[in-house]
Amino acid sequence: MPKELEPGGHESPDDSTSPAHTLELLCHLDNTAHGSMACVAWEPAGDGKKVISLADSHILLWDLQESSSQAVLASSASLEGKGQLKFTSGRWSPHHTGTQVATANDTTIRGWDTRSMSQIYCIENAHGQLVRDLDFNPNKQYYLASCGDDCKVKFWDTRNVAEPVKTLEQHSHWVWNVRYNHSHDQLVLTGSSDSRVILSNMVSISSEPFGHLVDDDDLSDQEERRPEGKSQEPPQDSVIATYEEHEDSVYAVDWSSADPWLFASLSYDGRLVINRVPRALKYHILL
Amino acid sequence: MAAAAAGPGTGSGPGDSPEGPEAEAPERRRKAHGMLKLYYGLSEGETAGRPPGSDPLDPTDLNGAHFDPEVYLDKLRRECPLAQLMDSETDMVRQIRALDSDMQTLVYENYNKFISATDTIRKMKNDFRKMEDEMDRLATNMAVITDFSARISATLQDRHERITKLAGVHALLRKLQFLFELPSRLTKCVELGAYGQAVRYQGRARAVLQQYQHLPSFRAIQDDCQVITARLAQQLRQRFREGGSGAPEQAECVELLLALGEPAEELCDEFLAHARGRLEAELQSLEAELGPSPPAPDVLEFTDLGGSGFVGGLCQVASAYQELFAAQGPAGAEKLAAFARELGGRYFALVERRLAQEQGSGDNSLLVRALDRFHRRLRAPGALLAAAGLAEAATEIVERVARERLGHHLQGLRAAFLGCLTDVRQALAAPRLAGKEGPGLAELLANVASSILSHIKASLAAVHLFTAKEVSFSNKPYFRGEFCSQGVREGLIVGFIRSMCQTAQSFCDSPGEKGGATPPALLLLLSRLCLDYETATISYILTLTDEQFLVQDQSPVTPVSTLCAEARETARRLLTHYVKVQGLVISQMLRKSVETRDWLSTLEPRNVRAVMKRVVEDTTAIDVQVGLLYEEGVRKAQSSDSSKRTFSVYSSSRQQGRYAPSYTPSAPMDTNLLSNIQKLFSERIDVFSPVEFNKVSVLTGIIKISLKTLLECVRLRTFGRFGLQQVQVDCHFLQLYLWRFVADEELVHLLLDEVVASAALRCPDPVPMEPSVVEVICERG
Repeated sequence: MPKELEPGGHESPDDSTSPAHTLELLCHLDNTAHGSMACVAWEPAGDGKKVISLADSHILLWDLQESSSQAVLASSASLEGKGQLKFTSGRWSPHHTGTQVATANDTTIRGWDTRSMSQIYCIENAHGQLVRDLDFNPNKQYYLASCGDDCKVKFWDTRNVAEPVKTLEQHSHWVWNVRYNHSHDQLVLTGSSDSRVILSNMVSISSEPFGHLVDDDDLSDQEERRPEGKSQEPPQDSVIATYEEHEDSVYAVDWSSADPWLFASLSYDGRLVINRVPRALKYHILL
Repeated sequence: MAAAAAGPGTGSGPGDSPEGPEAEAPERRRKAHGMLKLYYGLSEGETAGRPPGSDPLDPTDLNGAHFDPEVYLDKLRRECPLAQLMDSETDMVRQIRALDSDMQTLVYENYNKFISATDTIRKMKNDFRKMEDEMDRLATNMAVITDFSARISATLQDRHERITKLAGVHALLRKLQFLFELPSRLTKCVELGAYGQAVRYQGRARAVLQQYQHLPSFRAIQDDCQVITARLAQQLRQRFREGGSGAPEQAECVELLLALGEPAEELCDEFLAHARGRLEAELQSLEAELGPSPPAPDVLEFTDLGGSGFVGGLCQVASAYQELFAAQGPAGAEKLAAFARELGGRYFALVERRLAQEQGSGDNSLLVRALDRFHRRLRAPGALLAAAGLAEAATEIVERVARERLGHHLQGLRAAFLGCLTDVRQALAAPRLAGKEGPGLAELLANVASSILSHIKASLAAVHLFTAKEVSFSNKPYFRGEFCSQGVREGLIVGFIRSMCQTAQSFCDSPGEKGGATPPALLLLLSRLCLDYETATISYILTLTDEQFLVQDQSPVTPVSTLCAEARETARRLLTHYVKVQGLVISQMLRKSVETRDWLSTLEPRNVRAVMKRVVEDTTAIDVQVGLLYEEGVRKAQSSDSSKRTFSVYSSSRQQGRYAPSYTPSAPMDTNLLSNIQKLFSERIDVFSPVEFNKVSVLTGIIKISLKTLLECVRLRTFGRFGLQQVQVDCHFLQLYLWRFVADEELVHLLLDEVVASAALRCPDPVPMEPSVVEVICERG
């Protein structure tokens, strides 16, 4: 994910006294005109020259020049409405050749077209309270997961935003993060300030068809080839595991970009926990 | 002779016996009786005077029949000592003497009687001899009389035969005369309109004429008669077709025509066609009553009209038909049944239309009475025409209407419940406008509960009319079983309670989670209402229902416990939702207060921030509100001076332990370590956990949510030194006031500690305020 690529200077605290590498400022996104930045997201595909940043009520599309040393504001849009609207998070859709971005402000989720910087969909009151995070299903177009302060995780089909496709209510406090597994999108990871990390198995809305039919070739997973003809009982969404190693609120969870069965979570007290998907489930998915 | 011997003893009485001792008479009599009884084989022991156990055959018994002097003597000699022997000897001598004198007395007494008896017997012998002679004479006289009588009847025999013959001739002649007069009589009858008479004459003559039609004179008569009969038949038909006359007359016409030998099949059809015409007229008048305009007559009148007009007519037709065409057999009955079915169907359609108009109205008693009449009326034709299934159809209609009524009442109850809720909303909204202090929630709750209960009772009473004893259909199996159990209990009562729970739950699921849609007080009130239902009202209502509708049906019904569980679940959800909503309100306040402030450049705290006071005020208000409806609940035992004590703990030991290391830049790890160790020993706080049904638990929930929000918000900000101090002051203030609301105050300071610690971590220059100063500021305001 773009996190590693992100140069210091945006938001990352400057206490980088680690011995390995010193970070070097490549370019500066000038946000003085737009207020504090809430989120920065790189274009998921392509040559990595486009960055979206969300600042207060503005959504800004930056074009990093060839050398990645200079950022030019390509286009921008801003929210209009009553009161002080502030973006809380945003996500770049991996589909549609990177022309779609979803953002969250307060309880609303909005979709943007980066070509015209115009709104394409809007989910009013997606959550009862603040929406904390979004993630696109990496394998299934139009599917979006969101989480928020109402302790819920919701899955949306952006073509029909009247109702969520699915709602999970397993956390007992705000859910700060939701992440799809990059290759097996039935695996959904959520982290919450109730200090729990929950790994859910959302088989019913995953891109992997029940019982694995013959269409292996159209999906993007490289190393995990699933054998065909696996017999399966009717799929059931379930919680695979609840990880309670953290003693304080969990503020970040993510999957490893190298090993699809590995994920990490970080809590307020500075504890970083790395977990593996249970072996039984792994084989169940693979075989 | 024993009787004769005894006779004088008993019958003579004291007057006749000159010297017989009075006392001995009964004993003697008994002895005589004993002998008689012995003779007839009766047991001597049965008589009273005998000593029990003595054997009548005992040869040693002096008074026994089988007395054997040798044996007796032997026995005496063997058994008794000398003295006793002497005694018994003297006794026996005395007795023998007494007996001798008795015998003598008897003979003297009865001597005269013996003589007179002998005289009487002699006289009787003479008399009998005379009587015998007279009897002989009587016998001979009787023989003579018999002889005479026989002779007389022989003489009269001849005449008698002739008279009989003459009488026969006379009758024949009269018959003939009748035949010859028949044409003229028939004509006359037809002219006079006495069709019945004419048909009767014709009937009588027909067979004879048929038999003798080979004789010319009879042939002529027959021809005449046929002509007249044809005319008669024609006239009858005429009358029949005119149809103006009532059903009985028509029936009469048909009867006569039948008697005239008209083809029954055709008549039967014609009869039904006429009846149809009449009944259709009735139906049309009924339909006119229905009309497009609003129904003028009430439903009772309508069914009365239908009952007397149509059903009465149908009854008449059916009974007349069955009487007339009984000979038609099953084919005829089938025809009638089809007829009745068709017309009945149309009638039912009309009635149903009318009843449908009645669905909206609330008056059950009128409807039930109308249905009762309707049903009662149809029982008569139902009995007549079992094949047409009218009664069944009527019952079906009644059942359908009853079902619809149940549905209607359920709707009514739901509407009433919603109405109550609207009232509550208004009541909740109104006092706020008037600026008064909190609305009387307990009062509102009581109002709602009693209003719903009275609605339920009213509905039950209204529905109960359907099963009243005097209503004709109440003993149908449907009304005895299914109606009571499935309809009333399940459909109406259980259905209502379920829908109530659902309505209440829908307030939890409403998208307006931001709190605006439903006033929190309403949630609280509903939750309490559901809880009350769970504890008492449901079982009360169901018991009431079961009592009123003696449910005999065996079909499974929802048990009370299931409903109670549902109600409890609803109450729990509502209360949890209430906590969420109220918690959210306070959280929003706290969040705004943290997010909108510039903590880096804030001034040294002089006061507690207003928002914290507001939080405390709101919490107090919620506490009061919840206290109106819910009990206090249990809190962990703490000393009364809790605030002071915890403050000292909070400010001195813990604060030192936590903040002190953060002054020295070398020990950031220690801070984390300490806080982690501390957390290891404290229990994990489940923020949005379900609540118990009591005030403390509710408030604990709300405060937990609020403080956790505060914590999370503080962690997202960066604080200057004074910012941290302000947080410290605020937290202490909250600490001072919030502990009293929660079950476990440890929870409050845990969270507040956490807030201050987080703020300290987010502060580049963490210099905490002196605890005493904090205390002063807080106490000041």
